[in-house]
Amino acid sequence: MKILVCISKSPDTTSKIAFTDNNTKFDENGVQYIVNPYDEWYALVRALEIKETLGGNVTIVTVGLAADEAIIRKALAIGADDAVRIDAEPSDAYYTAMQISNYAKSNAFDLILTGKETINYNGSQVAAMLAESLDLPFVSLATKLDVSGTTLTLEREIVGGLQIEELTIPAVVSCAKGMAEQRIPNMRGIMAARTKPLEIIAPVAIEPLTSFVNYSIPNSKTACKMIDPMNMDELVELLHNEAKVI
Amino acid sequence: MSILVYINSNGGIHKSALEVVTYGKKIGENVTVITSGSADSSSLSSLGKYGATKVLVDRSLQNDDAQQLTRLITSAAENMNASTIVFSQDIIAKAVAPRLSVRLSAGLISGAIDIPSPDGNVKVNVFSGKAFGSVHVHSSKKIISVLPNSIQPEITGSDCAVEEYNGNIGAPSIKVIDTKKPEGEIPLPEAELVVSAGRGMKAPENWHLVEALAKELGAATACSRPVADIGWRPHHEHVGQTGVAIRPNLYIAIGISGAIQHLAGVNGSKVIVVINTDAEAPFFKAADYGIVGDAFEVLPRLTEAVKKFHATRH
Ligand SMILES: Cc1cc2nc3c(=O)[nH]c(=O)nc-3n(C[C@H](O)[C@H](O)[C@H](O)COP(=O)(O)OP(=O)(O)OC[C@H]3O[C@@H](n4cnc5c(N)ncnc54)[C@H](O)[C@@H]3O)c2cc1C
Repeated sequence: MKILVCISKSPDTTSKIAFTDNNTKFDENGVQYIVNPYDEWYALVRALEIKETLGGNVTIVTVGLAADEAIIRKALAIGADDAVRIDAEPSDAYYTAMQISNYAKSNAFDLILTGKETINYNGSQVAAMLAESLDLPFVSLATKLDVSGTTLTLEREIVGGLQIEELTIPAVVSCAKGMAEQRIPNMRGIMAARTKPLEIIAPVAIEPLTSFVNYSIPNSKTACKMIDPMNMDELVELLHNEAKVI
Repeated sequence: MSILVYINSNGGIHKSALEVVTYGKKIGENVTVITSGSADSSSLSSLGKYGATKVLVDRSLQNDDAQQLTRLITSAAENMNASTIVFSQDIIAKAVAPRLSVRLSAGLISGAIDIPSPDGNVKVNVFSGKAFGSVHVHSSKKIISVLPNSIQPEITGSDCAVEEYNGNIGAPSIKVIDTKKPEGEIPLPEAELVVSAGRGMKAPENWHLVEALAKELGAATACSRPVADIGWRPHHEHVGQTGVAIRPNLYIAIGISGAIQHLAGVNGSKVIVVINTDAEAPFFKAADYGIVGDAFEVLPRLTEAVKKFHATRH
């Protein structure tokens, strides 16, 4: 199995979210970047598990600048075989997907895995865009993935339930919780990651379709109204008459 | 401006469908709805009340195959020369809208929480609800996927025409083996009222207290991540930055400390009630109403109070 795992960076979940340049840019000051949790915990680990049982190769790809190599090394330390960095700022989901598509077109992967979304822009767009551009079937938000020969069996969330599906490779799958368990890289993995191949390729010319004009932070709540734990009638009354939600 | 709105009408018309039709009406004059679901013609026709000029339905599609849906919506969009396509940001939209974006070279805005501003930019949730962003689309055609519970459905007209439509959807590429839908549960992202509990509930067998309150309110149930991780509750109930992001009218958090990753997924809720034994729990800072108390005592009391409230109103 030749597997491609798309990884993205995202700010550590405890990062303070702030903006600079008149609220037009994310303030990276003091922000620690991590591998987007869905990409790392589910897509990458499941790819490694499949490789461990069926053999093959796991390549990771990210669209990003040299500063993003720390997340590539982390993914290699967890166990990916080799990595590709497409040397560009990932300006929007379309731009990112088209860059990866261009790379994947000339590399015949059996399976392309992504996380279900990034935790910074939460777009959940790249994987489906990639599938469309490669004209491949796409299973979104898969919680289970098994491979037998050229057949994939997947369990995925649908509106109000679960569906079990079958399809033939090649395919693109976005991975959600349930797919695998997080792996912590060990010392040997970290050492090995330093010498694993990392190919840097130039981006192709693509015009992004969207851009962020500016950002804002939600107003913080006004003081919380405390209610006597013995008096739940008062809470119900407030929810009805003041908050008007019941 | 001609607007095409996709709705999922399996099992009837959902509230999210009324929201996106209303959204379409607010941004354009000529609103066509495309659907493939099982809803009958008279309920589809009622979408006219919310602003649809007509509804197109292709009944040949089963199982919401994303590639077939993409062909269907592309065909309808091209026939009517739609300038904007609107979705409700659900699991189907996540699989189909990005495909359409590539196929039509139309910029996709996902997670919209408002109608476009006069300059055409659209406000979306970013950083898992910790911030808002304003998105500009460079292409002439746009796709907007609207977060559930962001727009209030509005009745502005009367029933409209429903036409059978053949979208030449081709063969499915994915074979569906089995579908499991728990009966009677309210899907979490669409729920207006949510009762959620965390590790403070101590053990899974105590959840009947949470469920009793949810039932009395007609609310969906949710939980914090550790509770789903240790298997006390199903994964699909896990809300937060790495779970489901929700924006109900009312979110009641019971025995949840209010960690930043949890808050990220729920701080779009209009009203937050926090019940916690620890007066210092960070969640109180994000709450509208707070109760410092033991969930095991407060919950039965609250459930009783809601019961009484409903009884006096009927
Ligand atoms: C990368 C990453 C991603 C994460 N993503 C998420 C996410 O998406 N969602 C999420 O929820 N968490 C997430 N977390 C975990 C998060 O940091 C917290 O650990 C978690 O939310 C805590 O869950 P909790 O509030 O149920 O438990 P605790 O923090 O243990 O809090 C239990 C609370 O219950 C109260 N309590 C105890 N007994 C009672 C009682 N009898 N009555 C009333 N109150 C009582 C306590 O005072 C306490 O405040 C993430 C963490 C990381 C590192």
